[in-house]
Amino acid sequence: MKVMAQMSMIMNLDKCIGCHTCSVTCKQAWTNRTGVEYVWFNNVETRPGVGYPRGYEDQEKWGGGWVRTKRGRLKLRSGGRLAKLARIFSNPTLPEIQDYYEPWTYDYDMLLNAPKGQQVPVARPKSLLTGKNMKISWSANWDDNLGGSLETMQDDPILKKMSEEVKAEFEKAFMFYLPRICEHCLNPSCVASCPSGAMYKRAEDGIVLVDQDQCRGWRMCVSGCPYKKVYFNHRTGKAEKCTMCYPRIEVGLPTVCSETCVGRLRYLGLVFYDADRVAEAAAVEDDKALLQAQRDIILDPHDPEVIEAARREGIPDDWIEGAQRSPIWKLMQYEVALPLHPEYRTMPMVWYIPPLSPVVDVVTGSGNDGEDARTLFAAIDKLRIPIAYLAELFTAGDIGPVDAALRRLAAMRSYMRGISIDNERDERIPNAVGMTGTQMEEMYRLLAIAKYEERYVIPSAHNEQAHELEEMACSLDFDGGPGMGGAGPFGSSSGPAVPVAVENFHILADRQTADRPSTPGRVNLMNWDGNGSADGLFPPTAGPVRKTGKRKDPS
Amino acid sequence: MNTLPIILWVAIPYASIAVFIVGHMWRYRYDKFGWTTRSSQTYENRLLRWGSPMFHLGILMVLAGHVVGLLIPREWLYAIGISEETYHFGATTLGTLAAALTLTGFAILIYRRRTVGPVFLATTTMDKVMYVFLGATMLFGTLATIVFQVFGSGFQYRETISPWIRSILGFQPQPELMADVPLLFQLHVLTAFALFALWPFTRLVHVFSAPVGYLFRPYIVYRSRDDGRGAQAPQRGWEAIKTPDPDRLHKL
Repeated sequence: MKVMAQMSMIMNLDKCIGCHTCSVTCKQAWTNRTGVEYVWFNNVETRPGVGYPRGYEDQEKWGGGWVRTKRGRLKLRSGGRLAKLARIFSNPTLPEIQDYYEPWTYDYDMLLNAPKGQQVPVARPKSLLTGKNMKISWSANWDDNLGGSLETMQDDPILKKMSEEVKAEFEKAFMFYLPRICEHCLNPSCVASCPSGAMYKRAEDGIVLVDQDQCRGWRMCVSGCPYKKVYFNHRTGKAEKCTMCYPRIEVGLPTVCSETCVGRLRYLGLVFYDADRVAEAAAVEDDKALLQAQRDIILDPHDPEVIEAARREGIPDDWIEGAQRSPIWKLMQYEVALPLHPEYRTMPMVWYIPPLSPVVDVVTGSGNDGEDARTLFAAIDKLRIPIAYLAELFTAGDIGPVDAALRRLAAMRSYMRGISIDNERDERIPNAVGMTGTQMEEMYRLLAIAKYEERYVIPSAHNEQAHELEEMACSLDFDGGPGMGGAGPFGSSSGPAVPVAVENFHILADRQTADRPSTPGRVNLMNWDGNGSADGLFPPTAGPVRKTGKRKDPS
Repeated sequence: MNTLPIILWVAIPYASIAVFIVGHMWRYRYDKFGWTTRSSQTYENRLLRWGSPMFHLGILMVLAGHVVGLLIPREWLYAIGISEETYHFGATTLGTLAAALTLTGFAILIYRRRTVGPVFLATTTMDKVMYVFLGATMLFGTLATIVFQVFGSGFQYRETISPWIRSILGFQPQPELMADVPLLFQLHVLTAFALFALWPFTRLVHVFSAPVGYLFRPYIVYRSRDDGRGAQAPQRGWEAIKTPDPDRLHKL
């Protein structure tokens, strides 16, 4: 047994209202740069729907993840090492930017500075790839809230797998949101696909990262990931992906998407797993057995043997305690959380609590009591279609675990109503789903009350080495040094890495003056941070004015 | 001896080789982040799917051909039974095939680069300069092959150019060997050395990142937070804590 810690996430889909706050804050924090305009480390899809990039779940087409060979071994779906190298000059399964969407901006400036004319000026959409006018016809969430989905729905890879009857039934709409980040898999196929060895899984917390200095832009990771959560920065020519906000996690803060989630539906915490058994678990024969195999390699952090083994691996005691208090471990214990597409055999570590709301909606819509356990159980039995759809997402098509999770959620709903409205504890309800009343109340507390400190149990990283803080010491070395002020001689962002502090200073200065397509010398107020007086912001004065910063005294 | 041959066949090659070596070392230290293929496949794949493999496979064949033709003395080949005729036939047919592949691929890629909007916008000045020299080198090389090897009686470059290049690499330069080489071959050599001098400052550096190690490493890579430092030396004043030297402590 080799114990390793994994920082993982669980999302409670019942609570997701599809507001995209997680996506927007993530984008602001990580991908608001040239080259990654089309990239959403966090995106929210409406299901049924085609997802982002379009139809990414169709692995026959995209070749992501692993497959089991006849001899019971794992192999990358799009081919092993030699096959990868043979296709390095042109990767046949690489999504083009159009499969995501062509990024654009609007010519906002025209609204203010258009010459006098007959027509009201409009801000036309401009492609961020070519700078030309474009027609917007797709985006990261074009079919949001099933909008326009009659056109695109038939392309949903999950619906394609299901029967004709299901597709017809779709008209009686069921719908839920699926927020997605990188899965930080235990058996990551992107890492296995990287020819340069630039992608790695951090030994301490299992976060999967790309070494930007080592990445050579062979782009095999993009096609290797079945979730299409590794992206190609088309300016720098390097792969980028969700970092699980590791700088925040290291100091004990939740990720940006979790922190800003208004539905408070994300849970973050550690789990321990047995690294020795990952390959074996990922290679079980039956797709439907993968969920159980993955559950089996997750270790109980209260087990003295596991604690002993964890200490042997050098896992510090506060991390062991963190794993014991972890909401992830608890929700996995209640068996209400399920992984996304276990059949890709990557052992994903962002899990989901399937949504009960489609079921409740149908029950209440038909005039019945949506909080009565027996009615809900009956509805779960009857609503085969939404449940089969959920099963295709979370359990490789096995209805059983989805059914069990939904029953527990339904039981919790009516058990807690009994307590708070009728003031009675009907122990038959939790017993019917194999739980005790106490367990049910604890689960209710975690899922419904969802206190900040119970949702996020993040022991901070052990950062004793002083030189880890080096960046704080050297930022001044860079003033005027190479790499300052944007593009180096070899294209955008060449040159050595610029310390974050310095980079931010220049980004701020640039941002105030950069975005002005039609009137040079004018400032885009949208980008003005309130500091300094950029050129053109105020009427000219007698004295010399610096581009940013304080005005110089003329005397 | 004249100055010109010395400049052309001694000075320029050595200067170019020096820039090539030092330039790569400098670039690797200064610009690891910029060291990439800068693939444009995400913009466009229809043309690239044909052009890129053709060009790359062709140029690898060309490289192999040059190694055999330039670096291996013909006596060695005679020794393993490859006669002059066999060599000439093999080199000319394979060489022409490789040239056709490379040039076609190159033409497709240049056409794509110029006509596909996003690809054109992502092209740097350095790229354009490099394409001129790369294109010129390939063109002169192909012309020389066609004129002298395919339609001509066959120029014995293994008596002139090959020993000369080996003399350069062996630091015993013999510029006189290049004196009577046909102009097309001379131009091919000179543009090639210009390309070598440009090499470290272009995207061509990705040649040295050919991921051969991928064949031999385990699939899943683990790293620790502490060893992610790579080649980056600790900043001044932030070196890792060391045990103090007892002698020096004593003096204090």
